[in-house]
Amino acid sequence: MTTARPLDVDLLREVEQFLFREARLADEGDYDGWEALWTDDGVYWIPANGDDVDPTTQMSILYDNRSRIALRVRQLKHDKRHSQNPKSRLRRILGNVELLDADPSEAGADGDLAVGANFIVYESRERGTTIWGGRTEYRLRRVDGAWRLARKKVMLVDNDRPLSTLAFLV
Amino acid sequence: MSAATTVPWDRLIEADRVHGSLYTDPAVWEAELERIWYRTWVYVGHESEVPETNDYVLKSIGPQPVIMTRDRQGGIHLLLNRCSHRANLVCDAAKGNSSAFRCPYHGWTFANTGALLGYPFSSGYGGRELKSELGLARVPRMESYHGFVFGSLAEDGPTLAEHLGDAAGEIDRLVRLSPEGKVQLTAGWLQHKVRANWKMLLENETDGYHPQFVHASIFAVADSGIGELYGEKSTAVSRDLGGGHTENDLRPEFRRIGEPLRWFGTSADRLPDYVAAMRAAHGEAAEQILVEGSPHVMIFPNLFIAEIQIFVLQPVAVDETVQHVTAIQFGGAPDLNRRMLQQTLGSVGPAGFLLADDSEMYERNQRGVQVRRPEWLVLKRGLHRERVDERGHLVADATDEVPMRAMWKHYRSLMEDGR
Repeated sequence: MTTARPLDVDLLREVEQFLFREARLADEGDYDGWEALWTDDGVYWIPANGDDVDPTTQMSILYDNRSRIALRVRQLKHDKRHSQNPKSRLRRILGNVELLDADPSEAGADGDLAVGANFIVYESRERGTTIWGGRTEYRLRRVDGAWRLARKKVMLVDNDRPLSTLAFLV
Repeated sequence: MSAATTVPWDRLIEADRVHGSLYTDPAVWEAELERIWYRTWVYVGHESEVPETNDYVLKSIGPQPVIMTRDRQGGIHLLLNRCSHRANLVCDAAKGNSSAFRCPYHGWTFANTGALLGYPFSSGYGGRELKSELGLARVPRMESYHGFVFGSLAEDGPTLAEHLGDAAGEIDRLVRLSPEGKVQLTAGWLQHKVRANWKMLLENETDGYHPQFVHASIFAVADSGIGELYGEKSTAVSRDLGGGHTENDLRPEFRRIGEPLRWFGTSADRLPDYVAAMRAAHGEAAEQILVEGSPHVMIFPNLFIAEIQIFVLQPVAVDETVQHVTAIQFGGAPDLNRRMLQQTLGSVGPAGFLLADDSEMYERNQRGVQVRRPEWLVLKRGLHRERVDERGHLVADATDEVPMRAMWKHYRSLMEDGR
């Protein structure tokens, strides 16, 4: 029988604060601030038709490497990104934040920290109010002393059903 | 009296304008179900989606759920998803592999051919044999073309070949881009829901006037040349293929440029395996095929082939439509397929660089068309420069509204048929 390792509360709070900031920047459409959170090899993925399809052979709602993240942000900043002009009014709640590595102090062989969280997003625009919910798995990395997003995988609970336009950063 | 006979089509559909109520009136929607979705040929699915014996996928004809199956002999069947006993849904998985469907309500079991195999406690029917009379309902007519499976809910009518007419040639053109002559729709589907009438989507698919405006943001930030294909100086044409089928024919632009794979935004040296396979398969003809590229054709009423993607329009209510979309994959072209998938999933679906903005337009249009004045939508663009091409089709410039006029002319003929 193994002894439960005591929770590193400081690490958890630090990680939560980072995730809350990322969420707020996305909610408020601070695109440059949001993009600055990514590592140079970041991957942003929203699977479709389940949470574990192979994004190299199957359609995803979004599967952005770092250059495509940059392209997405440039488009969002353009005034003719009609699906986000006007911007959706957004607020989201993150919960159930969980450190997923067996030993977070090791932070994974590659130095990345695995974190999971659930979310609810309220989106309001002319179409009406849409509620988006799901679970996000992050891989976070310390770069020059600050946390950065190396990977963000957003698993919408309804990703196997018809979805409305989702042009904001979820 | 059926809805189709109560709507004054001749007063709502004129040669160069259509009335806004065609997108909002529940009576029009009822008439469309009767005269289009439950009568004409509708694209349902592709044979490559059920590659193995006993594979099945849940598809649709308009709001109707249809199970497409492959039986033990390899035959394809289109079955309506409704138990013949108490109308429960017999299939609730999006896809799977099974030789039979067992209704969860009372355990009636149907073969994937639709035949009733058995029902529990059969003595309760007094010895009467139900199997021959109570199979699953079948879509009465089914035909396929290059693996594209179409169904018609009417017992009689034109053949699929008659329905497709010259649009069949566009499917031929697509299939030629595979070194093995095979299209494979195996990459899974996104389902994008919009609060708009299905015809808003249909008309937009071959509207060459909107790209520079609706897609201005992505063309600007990605430094894309697509917008110029739909510019005032473009030599591309919009075409009425007959039967409500329409296209934006971009070949004149690609022939003018004269470089293989420019239609895909790349060059031959980036896809050497694909180009070699195409040359091996097509010989000298390969160069022309690689220069001219893939079609951009809207096959009435619901199959849109958009160069590297397939869109399927599914109307579910007068003001709600689901657009299903997948990346085309070609047999014998793994290097091209990877790029087509990544390019497609960047462009389409709820978060797509292109389709998110198209969908915003559909929904704004649907709200706008409920504004009371001026009542009409104008289809006049390019009337003065329409011409007949060498095959006898009406064409005009890339940004002209020939496709919309063609669609509405066909639509009116369907709605007034048998009046």
